[in-house]
Amino acid sequence: MDKQTKLGLYQIMVLSRTFEEAILRDYHADKTPNWDIGAGLIPGEMHLSAGQEPVAAGICAHLTSDDAITATHRPHHLAIAHGVDLNKLAAEIFGRETGFGRGRGGHMHIFDPATHFSCSGIIAEGFPPALGQAFAFQRQNKKAVAVAVTGEGAANQGAFHESLNLASLWKLPIVFVVEDNDWAISVPRHSSTAISSNAQRALGYGIPGTRVEDNSVEEVWAQAKVAIERARSGGGPSLIEVHTVRLLGHFEGDAQAYRDDLEGLNGRDPIPLYAAQLTQEGILDAELIGKIASDAKGRVERAFDFAKASPMPSADNVSQYVFA
Amino acid sequence: MTLTNKVVSPIATRKLTTAKAMVEGIAQEMERDPSVFMMGEDVGSYGGIFSSSTGLLERFGPDRVLDTPISETAFMGLATGAAVEGMRPIVELMFVDFFGVCMDQIYNHMGKIHYESGGNVKVPLVLLTAVGGGYSDGAQHSQCLWGTFAHLPGLKVVVPSNPTDAKGLMISSIRDDNPVIFMFHKGVMGLPWMAKNPRSLGPVPEEEYETPIGKASIARPGNDVTIVTLSLSVHHALDAAEEVAKDGIDCEVIDLRSLVPLDRTAILESVARTGRLLVVDEDYRSFGLSGEIAAIVGETDPTLLKAPLIRVTMPDTPIPYARTLEYAALPTRDRILAAIRQITH
Repeated sequence: MDKQTKLGLYQIMVLSRTFEEAILRDYHADKTPNWDIGAGLIPGEMHLSAGQEPVAAGICAHLTSDDAITATHRPHHLAIAHGVDLNKLAAEIFGRETGFGRGRGGHMHIFDPATHFSCSGIIAEGFPPALGQAFAFQRQNKKAVAVAVTGEGAANQGAFHESLNLASLWKLPIVFVVEDNDWAISVPRHSSTAISSNAQRALGYGIPGTRVEDNSVEEVWAQAKVAIERARSGGGPSLIEVHTVRLLGHFEGDAQAYRDDLEGLNGRDPIPLYAAQLTQEGILDAELIGKIASDAKGRVERAFDFAKASPMPSADNVSQYVFA
Repeated sequence: MTLTNKVVSPIATRKLTTAKAMVEGIAQEMERDPSVFMMGEDVGSYGGIFSSSTGLLERFGPDRVLDTPISETAFMGLATGAAVEGMRPIVELMFVDFFGVCMDQIYNHMGKIHYESGGNVKVPLVLLTAVGGGYSDGAQHSQCLWGTFAHLPGLKVVVPSNPTDAKGLMISSIRDDNPVIFMFHKGVMGLPWMAKNPRSLGPVPEEEYETPIGKASIARPGNDVTIVTLSLSVHHALDAAEEVAKDGIDCEVIDLRSLVPLDRTAILESVARTGRLLVVDEDYRSFGLSGEIAAIVGETDPTLLKAPLIRVTMPDTPIPYARTLEYAALPTRDRILAAIRQITH
């Protein structure tokens, strides 16, 4: 793995985190004194992906904008790593007419046809549409692949199992990714799932499965390379599970009283860990870390300024876009 | 060519069953547009349990006519994803009663993506499904449920009653850029293994034609009573209308042909003339189509009605198995006759 690739992974992780730090700032800025989830410039539920950036960076490094990726209710890191337009992403989160969904979707419902990015707020239900994207690519003789991402809690849903079976049966060009962040809201994995690795479940459907244990962006990158090349060359689907970390609550406002792993959580933050590794390898130094951070900050603030300056959708058009 | 009402082209002397007319429409679209494909349970060599795909596998091959596993969530979602990427899937849900195992893909994904994307993503597909009872298939294989689908935003709902409309509506549905739920009643298909009404066989033009979605048809013009109905019940209503015509009662039968969009104008124009409204619906009584039509009249001009409207529907009861019970629940010709007598009394 070359130096440029490593730097690229780090930059994407920093960009994603910087974007979510800006959300955190603006989301909480105007919900006081009585915290009201529906109030403020960014209203509604907010599911942040901080800690899970290695999954997005490692997978999306192998994709182009011709490839499809389907995310979950926690989609920002994947959207950013896949290269969606940051202005439109920010504008949709602020519910503006200039957003990806013209303010109709919100942060759990981001659709970008230019990069074939989509997400679903329903657990595991993003998998079946991803099958269809892979099916279309196969029928259209394109070399594109679909990547379907979900969490470990979703792997107990019927849609997950049905999708693995059909993808294997029809040899679809798709890669399934499970982000195991230990928590399905408040339910720990050991209380929800009968086996320790979803890679075993993949094997049960006749497709290769692997589990990355340490949230290592380089290991995700390496496994994704194999899986995506396999899909692209007609070899059919694979599954990659990544044991990652959810640094924040399920949603903003989640007090996380249920959580028994908060101690030492910051020590599991993959971004400083990767920065330390790359510094030790002589790829990063303090100056470059600062430059990457300020570049990311600049891009994010420009996107947020664009969003905040954009018009709200007109109430007159509430029923526009129900039908084509 | 566009058929805007029940008038059939004079050259359409050839008669087909509804099933064959539908399949002809699908085949002509598959011939014309390589992005159209069909999938579902037993749509391949079986040809569809209700003959909705007979001969398509032989003609178009297994790449375009696909038998799926019994895995509705996976293949409904697959249809949505393929449509998003520019294909035009026709996906069959064998019985509409099975929607419970895949409804998330239908109402949360298929029906909402266009809106959530601010109009940037289109989902052009046809969800083909069999509805209706009358042959003792019990509570889980006999429902109509069109009101359930019509209630949820983002889905067009098409319900043909005869071969001519079935072909034209099928072609329109495939060409439509929205998800279209195409609901065919088993009792109008003209199946050789099920009791059928004589109008299951009808004249069908050989060429391609579209029947517009959202325009009702006047199945029988009349001036005394407006009967608003759809699907198999159109035929029961026509039979009842013929019977009361002997007594000088002149019924107008409106075949809605689609619930979404609903042809409000056709309903209101007719009721304004007749002043008497009978709604015949094989779907459940409460919170559905019959109440919606009553609301449309009530919201527009309640003084249009000279007599209280009457609803002849399924009761809010699971559909029973025993023939005596099932036929007590179904909106039969005799129940419609009694309602006409009551409303004109």
